[in-house]
Order: sequence, then C-alpha cells, then structure tokens
Amino acid sequence: MVFAEQLSNTDLLQMYRWMILTRTFEDRICALWGKGGIVELPHGSQGQEAIAVGACFGLRRSDQVMPSLRARGVFLVRGIPPRVQMAAAYGRATGAARGKSSAHHMGDRSSGILPSSAIVGASITVAVGAALAIKLQGRDDMVVCFFGDGAAQRGDFHEGLNFAGAFRLPIVFILENNGYAEYTPVSRHTAAANFACRAAGYGFPGFTLDGNDALAVYEATQQAAVAARSGKGPTLLECVTYRLRSHNEVTPPETCRDAAEIDAWKARDPVSRLGASLVLQGILDASQQEALQAEASALVEDAVRYAEQSPFPSAEEISWCVYAEENGGLIVRGIP
Amino acid sequence: MRQITYREAIREALQEEMRRDPAIFILGEDVAEYGGAFKVTAGMLEEFGPTRVLDTPLSESAIVGAAVGAALMGMHPVAELMFADFIGVAMDAVVNHAAKISYLSAGEYCAPMVVRMTYGVGLHKGAHHSQSVESWLSNVPGLTVVMPSTPSDAKGMLKAALRLSNPVIYFEHALLYNRKGPVPDGDHIVPIGKAEVRREGQDLTVVATGRMTEVALEAAASLQQVGIRAEVIDLRSIVPFDEMAVIESVRKTGRLLTVHEAPCRGGFGAEVASVVAEKAFGHLDAPIRRLGAPWTPVPFSPALEALYPPCAKDIVEAARSMIGSGAG
Repeated sequence: MVFAEQLSNTDLLQMYRWMILTRTFEDRICALWGKGGIVELPHGSQGQEAIAVGACFGLRRSDQVMPSLRARGVFLVRGIPPRVQMAAAYGRATGAARGKSSAHHMGDRSSGILPSSAIVGASITVAVGAALAIKLQGRDDMVVCFFGDGAAQRGDFHEGLNFAGAFRLPIVFILENNGYAEYTPVSRHTAAANFACRAAGYGFPGFTLDGNDALAVYEATQQAAVAARSGKGPTLLECVTYRLRSHNEVTPPETCRDAAEIDAWKARDPVSRLGASLVLQGILDASQQEALQAEASALVEDAVRYAEQSPFPSAEEISWCVYAEENGGLIVRGIP
Repeated sequence: MRQITYREAIREALQEEMRRDPAIFILGEDVAEYGGAFKVTAGMLEEFGPTRVLDTPLSESAIVGAAVGAALMGMHPVAELMFADFIGVAMDAVVNHAAKISYLSAGEYCAPMVVRMTYGVGLHKGAHHSQSVESWLSNVPGLTVVMPSTPSDAKGMLKAALRLSNPVIYFEHALLYNRKGPVPDGDHIVPIGKAEVRREGQDLTVVATGRMTEVALEAAASLQQVGIRAEVIDLRSIVPFDEMAVIESVRKTGRLLTVHEAPCRGGFGAEVASVVAEKAFGHLDAPIRRLGAPWTPVPFSPALEALYPPCAKDIVEAARSMIGSGAG
C-alpha cells in the first residue's frame, strides 16, 4: 500500500467525510422518489461509495473523470455541490445545464467531469478520446473512466479498451462489478470468471480488487496513475462491490435477488467499514462521527430546500444551445 | 483558374487547416501510411507526422467516440469513415454524443469535429459500401450535414467546417473524387448553409444533392434541346437547409422536382417538398415530383446497380411530364 500508507489522518477523515456525504445524499434522494419533486429516477450507488471516493481522491483538478450511471460520489468528490446535484434531479434551472441534462450525466468543465451519455457503456469511447487528446497535447494528466459490469458487455467496451491499449493512452478504467446488470446477475451475463482478465487481451494490466475498501481502490488507482502519467498506458481495475439498492427506485432491493444476499453484503458496507477502521486506529471517535453525519445531513437538507425553491427553466430556453455559437460568416442556419 | 480534383481539393483543405490550427488531427482506418481508402490523406503523414495523422483499429464506434472525447478536450478531430454505410456502427457516438454535447451542457462544452465519409453507388461495392445515408442524419438536432458536389465546394466547405465549433458530417461521393474543377488559390472558404443555383431557368426547379447535381445539369442541357428551361439548385448542405433559395426559385418556376441518390421514400427530397408545399403552395403550377433510388438495398451486380440512382433520362422524363401536366 505505497500510496495509501502516505495518506495523513486528515486525508483519511476527508475520505470518510465524502463517503458519509455520498451515502446520506443517496439515501435521501431515494427516499424522496415518488413523493413529488424529484423527476430523475434515482439509480442509487449505496454500497459502492468506496469506489468513487477511492478513485477520485487525490486526482488533479486537470485530470478528467467520466462518471457512470451510478457514481454520485464522483460528482461530489470532484466538487459538484450537493445543491447542484439535487436541483439537477429536480430538473431545475439551477441544476445540470439549466435543466437540459440530469444529475447522473452532467458534465462540468471546471471540475474535470466529462459529460456522459445515458446509453450505458457508450461513454467509454468518449473517455478514451479525452485521454487521446491529453496524450496528443503532451500533458501528464489522465482520465478515470467509470462503468459497471453491465456496460462491460457493450461493444464500446471492447472498442474503447482496445483503442486505449493500442495508443497506450493515459486512462484508468474503473469497472464497478456490483454483481448485476439491471436485474441479471453477472453469472448469467458472462461465462468468464472475472472481468480483469480481459485487460490481457488488450495488452495492459487488469486487476480485481475489493471495491468496498476505499483505501484499496485509492491504492490501485494511484498505482495505475503512475503508469498512465508516464506513458505506460491504461489499467483496468475491476472493483468488486454490491449494489445495496435495486437497479433503480421503481423496484425494491429484493427484486430478483435473495434478501439474505443483500444482508450478507450489508455486513461489508464500505462506509461503516472505513469508519470502523478509522475508529480502531484512533483517528476517529464517536463524537466526530456524529458531527460528520450531522454535517452531511445538513448539506443534503439544504440541497433539497435549494432544489425545491429553484425555478424551472423558462420556455424559451428549449431551443438554446442546440448548436455552439459560431462565427456567422462561416455558417448560415435557416432554422432558428 | 487552376483546376484540381475533388480529392485534391479535400486534401488541400485538410493540409491548409492543419497548418493553421494545431488542434486539428486526422484519425481513421489506414489514413496514415496507406493514405486512406480513397487516397484523400496520401502524403499527409509525411508532412504532419504520426501525432496528427493516426491509423486506428477497425473500430468505427471508437473512432467517432474518441473524436468526441478529443473535441471535448480542445482538439478538432477529423474522423474518416471509409464508407458512409459504416455510420451504422458509429451512430450512437454521432447522434447521442456529438450532436447533443452543446445542448446537454447548456453550451459549456462543444464538439468541434468533422466526420468525413464516402458515399454513393458506382463502384460495384454492393449494399454495404454504396449507400446515401444523409437523411438518417438529417433528423438529428445538433448536427450539420454537408454534401459538396464540386472541387471548389469540397475545399471551401471543409475549410469552413474546420473553423466551426459544432460536429459536421461531411459526405464525399465516391464517383466525384477524380472530377476536376476550378478552385481558387489561397484561403478559399465556402460558408455552409447556402444553396447554389448551378443553372438558371424559368420552367422548373430541380433541387439536387451531391453527385445528383451533375446528373441534373446533364438533364437540364437535354431539356434545353426541347425548349424546357430547368433551374438547377445544388443544396450543398442539407442541415442547414437553405429553404429560401428553393422557395425563391419555385416562386419563379412554379414547379419543383427533387433528386437524390438515397431511396425516394423518406429521403431528404420529402423535406424539400414539404417546405415548398407549406410555404410556396400558391406558386405551384404542377404537383411536386421526387426522384430517388427505388425502395431496395443497393444491388451488387453492375446490371442492377446502374438502374439504382436516378439518371439524366429519369429527370428529363419527370420534367417533361410536369410541364405537360401544368398550366404552363
């Protein structure tokens, strides 16, 4: 654990803080669904917080991340305020792209978050292109691309990873293997024993790791970053985890799964696990834990109020920004 | 004025723009050492080196997807798809990513990129290397779709495309690569979105796209022999579509005939006809006619392929029937 060992107590507490905030946000937004207000169907990332936090912690501002559908923590750690994420889920003008995009797929240039597509897996090739640009520009930044086990069955996974390998691009592929593609278990959507072995087919390393261990994810990402930044090319990190909620909030967590299986994974909850570890090490105590939880709850409640009070976009905005602004001498658009 | 081929005109545009703007680079299958399936990028690896002319895996989805990602990061990629038919496997990156980036980021991001692709029948390459797919892409807000028909437009419109901040689909007809035509020296730019009247006439308006422009001009010359003065409009771009150029012409001629190489049904001619029916109906002296390919895939055998796209004779017959049926 070369990199994880160097984390200060402040760093560790900060990671824990992000995990608490992510969990609190996700629990709240899932609870809000169906009660009016929220228009974006939550696809909760509860149980997978260690991956977003571990992979994003310590990245540079100039690095780029491509979030997956289930990556709330990525937005929060990269600096998107809970208010903006919540307003985006409410479809408000203060949310994502003035209500044009959603919380799950918004981009943000100043935070180094690439805009993603709601076509599962399709953003992989776009993330690869961002890494290509970084290489062509001669920079030593990198891209961290998140997606799930379901997305790994898309052709874009193959095309994107092979392309990245062929050009030795500075990109880390974070495959969140949460056991299910929507409602279908991994055992029924691939015959392979794991996903990490696929990297060998593309000529770069792949590792399977405990995706519920934030420090393990941090360590693996930082090691992959050394390779990416030094021109050695991509790494595939298969982070094994479990989705504690259902595919989305339309169905209960037990849909197509055994309650016992869910309970077993709850015992390996990544948030309590990091908390317990920090307590054991004397870095965190009960009162600090309470304070962090109170802070997260306050931030999320503030975000809900902000979203509820935010305006919807105005009608004339429907036609804004279909095209980027141009020098009018080069193009004449007949239709407004 | 000097004469160069359509192929050379495209290459000149790429060379000049790449010298001007270091953000521009080319990626595609066999575009570097081999020089491209149709040799458009021949010699460019030598001038610009392997960081600006990139041979890619045979992965159209990744080629266009990577172009989008690079565009998000400030580059201006030119992705070459060997044949327009291959857009089928890159469609998602084009329509769900490139086309929507500006809108879904409220203008914070844009995707300045050009996807060049070869289309059209005539090389006996069968159903998967011959299609005219422009209407598939004409119904996607956010895209710009151009179909230059002359060397001058090929160069000038590509240079304009490479100075835009939006994704441009650039169609090159396989049979036009060797056509020679006058192309001005220097920084020759043709603004996108303006149709061009290729031949003036009083009796009917023929609206053509791409290679059908030269077929329409051939037909117009024949029609002249029988006293019918056809006006030929080359749309040049279908998105944007220069509605006013067509409407003004129809106000003068009272008759509209559209011609393209894609199947007639659902082709862009239907959009042209609709606009004229909506906005210039009172000026029509005869029913609108549309010509296009039949409702079949592109056949492989040369005997059948030759029957596939509209030919000058088809245009002449349609025009004569329209004149005959009209109030004159």
